[in-house]
Amino acid sequence: MAKKSLNIVESAYRAIMEEQDDTILWLLAAMQGAGGAHTVVLRGNAVNYAVAGQGAPGLTVGQWTQTQVPKMDRDVVDLIENRKIPVFVIEEDLAERGIAHSELVPGVELLSCKALPALFAQYELVSHW
Amino acid sequence: MSKKTLTFALMDAPYESANLTTAFRILDAAIRRGHDINVFAYEGASALAFVRQAPHPNPVHGKNVAEENHPTTKEQVAALLAEATRNGGKVDWVNCGMCVDERGVNEFVPGTRRGSPADFQAFTEASDNTLVIPTK
Repeated sequence: MAKKSLNIVESAYRAIMEEQDDTILWLLAAMQGAGGAHTVVLRGNAVNYAVAGQGAPGLTVGQWTQTQVPKMDRDVVDLIENRKIPVFVIEEDLAERGIAHSELVPGVELLSCKALPALFAQYELVSHW
Repeated sequence: MSKKTLTFALMDAPYESANLTTAFRILDAAIRRGHDINVFAYEGASALAFVRQAPHPNPVHGKNVAEENHPTTKEQVAALLAEATRNGGKVDWVNCGMCVDERGVNEFVPGTRRGSPADFQAFTEASDNTLVIPTK
């Protein structure tokens, strides 16, 4: 059985226009497909990944136009529904940014930062991205 | 609007930072206005015009190479050069020579060239303004 792995994702929107996704969420989805047992905690600016309805128009440079723009809310839903990766969002970080719970995609679970230490104890590996 | 000469120093490597998305948008806007542009691609940014970049599929998204249509910065650099030609401006894109050597990326999009910090010095002396977009 795979080691249980908790992944705290804090870096957000770093190069998503070039990669057309978030490199860490992508990596975890790929590793889950390879037999991993991952859980995600979105904290800091990454809590915004769970806000429904986001997305940028494609980048245009001269006559070159991007056709496959990143959609982070879609990728969070994909983790939850298709990869069976639980996704938590830190409540305090949502509140600091004025993001209401009603704005989030379905399936994400709210978590207080005070509850994080207890969550750590449930995992064999904790990674901070 | 009178034609200006603008210099940009870029430092971030491809696929690492949102800084380059911002940089390409600013460059695109300036080039569409017909301004002459100098770019000094330093450190990681010296790989932006590396000609052997290749798009890839995205198995997590379930898309093949064509469907994913993955951006490469070499395409974006080439698009900027072509856009400048259409708008009556010119782009002098210099890839830092020592930077490309240490990274093994010494094959460039046609229309860009190898150079040195001396080029950046000359650019800044000859430009109306200079914008540095550094690595943070």
